[in-house]
Amino acid sequence: MTTTQPTQPTQPTQPTQPTQPAPGSTSRPTPLPMPRVGPATDLAPQPIRVVLNWGRRYSLWVFNFGLACCAIEFIAASMARHDFIRLGVIPFAPGPRQADLMVVSGTVTDKMAPAVRRLYDQMPEPKYVISFGACSNSGGPYWDSYSVTKGVDTIIPVDVYVPGCPPRPESLLQGILKLQEKIAAETLTTKGIRAKYAGHRIASAAEVNRPLVPPPTKAAP
Amino acid sequence: MTTTEGRRELTVGMGAGGLATADMVLNIGPQHPATHGVLRLRIVVDGERIVSAEPIVGYMHRGAEKLFEVRDYRQIIVLANRHDWLSAFSSELGVVLGVERMLGMEVPERAVWARTLLAELNRVLNHLMFLGSYPLELGAITPIFYAFREREELQAVMEEASGGRMHYMFNRVGGLKEDLPAGWLDRVAYAVQAVRGRLPDLEALIVGNEILEARTRGVGIVTPETIAAYGVSGPIARAAGVDMDLRRDEPYLAYGELFADSGPGRVVTRTAGDCLARLEVLLEQVHVSLDLAEACLDRLRTLPQGPVNVKLPKVLKVPEGDLYTATENPLGFNGYYLVSRGEKTPWRLKLRSASFNNVAVLAEVLPGNLIADMVAILGSMFFVVGDVDK
Repeated sequence: MTTTQPTQPTQPTQPTQPTQPAPGSTSRPTPLPMPRVGPATDLAPQPIRVVLNWGRRYSLWVFNFGLACCAIEFIAASMARHDFIRLGVIPFAPGPRQADLMVVSGTVTDKMAPAVRRLYDQMPEPKYVISFGACSNSGGPYWDSYSVTKGVDTIIPVDVYVPGCPPRPESLLQGILKLQEKIAAETLTTKGIRAKYAGHRIASAAEVNRPLVPPPTKAAP
Repeated sequence: MTTTEGRRELTVGMGAGGLATADMVLNIGPQHPATHGVLRLRIVVDGERIVSAEPIVGYMHRGAEKLFEVRDYRQIIVLANRHDWLSAFSSELGVVLGVERMLGMEVPERAVWARTLLAELNRVLNHLMFLGSYPLELGAITPIFYAFREREELQAVMEEASGGRMHYMFNRVGGLKEDLPAGWLDRVAYAVQAVRGRLPDLEALIVGNEILEARTRGVGIVTPETIAAYGVSGPIARAAGVDMDLRRDEPYLAYGELFADSGPGRVVTRTAGDCLARLEVLLEQVHVSLDLAEACLDRLRTLPQGPVNVKLPKVLKVPEGDLYTATENPLGFNGYYLVSRGEKTPWRLKLRSASFNNVAVLAEVLPGNLIADMVAILGSMFFVVGDVDK
């Protein structure tokens, strides 16, 4: 059901952003320093890394980017019946700056995309993204809409995709388990973290926006 | 983002009118915990007092109306139940009712009553969501847990019939997708009983809670004149004493019988028009909808087994013409204006959604209130962002 990307993101998994500023944007925002892991993590021997990963995987403060229908199922997953707090996922992050995991649940539109990217940029490393639902995976039932972003992975790197429209709460639980497996297996390095950013830290709104759709050249039959 | 613009007022000198103030523009959203969705509000405040407010919509605009035009009448239902994700069944109902009326199609009686039952269960689900989330926005965390317990109970029976927890896709042009499962009516009766039995737990947390009353009584009053001017409908209009409900006034499905003089249906109204009245209307509508659901169950038990849909041609074409079909969705009037040119897709399908008008009224209601009351008023408008932006 749930698919993950390769567990070791040492290579840029996807070209998330063009490195050149989009035409029209004259000034770039002040670049934040590229993220790095501390010397303790960089030099830690393997047993210590296992312990660090163990700690990280069971205290995922989640920031719910609730956009559409899927947000309701996200809430259902956090309620008493499904209760993902027992997996160590804590849905009380006051904002993206205090969160480890972002769950994008719902349709990302081109108007919303810059805000999604900005909030993702505000999250501290190491950070993870679960794309929850067909719309944020690929556009879903709005695949041919003029205003819907065709998948949130066109603007931010995604770790786990949860399919469904909307997915059941159980699917989110499985997605979280998959993410925890991925965290358990990862080796955090400065190089690996930086590889997620295509050369710079902050994307401006103009880069995330798509240009206007050109008019069709000839009338449809 | 804060900028000062336009109106700037500065008073200087002893006794010249107090402290110097300047208006500030405050941006709420689009991603803000209090907006449950991606609504953005641009508020101009003078100190703590809101001077003007402007809802900025479109962050969830998915172009549904344009997509309707390239889907055939069977496929439209997929998109129709996704714009208002909390009242999926009622939204898909509007599409099929319109198409059936234009085709002059007779729907089997069993399907009519089953649709009415499912629509009322969906209304309960919708209201429970807001009964949980509204106190949450006011700072009371507990009610949402109770609300979701009941929601899971009802979602389970909806899922047993339709296969979906939120987007049911159970309506078809001419009836329902398939017959109700064997023994399902008893399961529904049990679920309705269970919800009714446990609803006092939820009510006890909300009704008479003095903190909640202090936050909501007399706050955000909407007058009947404003309601008429902005086209506000549903529980918000009824909370201000505007006595209108399409289930009674322009009955569709089996509502004509249910809302007759001796029937279980009644229209819940309040006169205060404040946040508390809106919440009370919602709460009482849950009871009414459960009554209606039980009446539907009783009727469905007496009806003989029979078909629940009509055999459709392979290519479904709607004759040329146009028709406006309105239904009373949980959040207000939901209308589809269908223009057909005899094709298998509609030429135009205009969607009139309830939340759009219900949010537009914020520009009228918010000015003059305190920032702290903004969340209380915003939450009490009971909107779904997808329904606003379509």
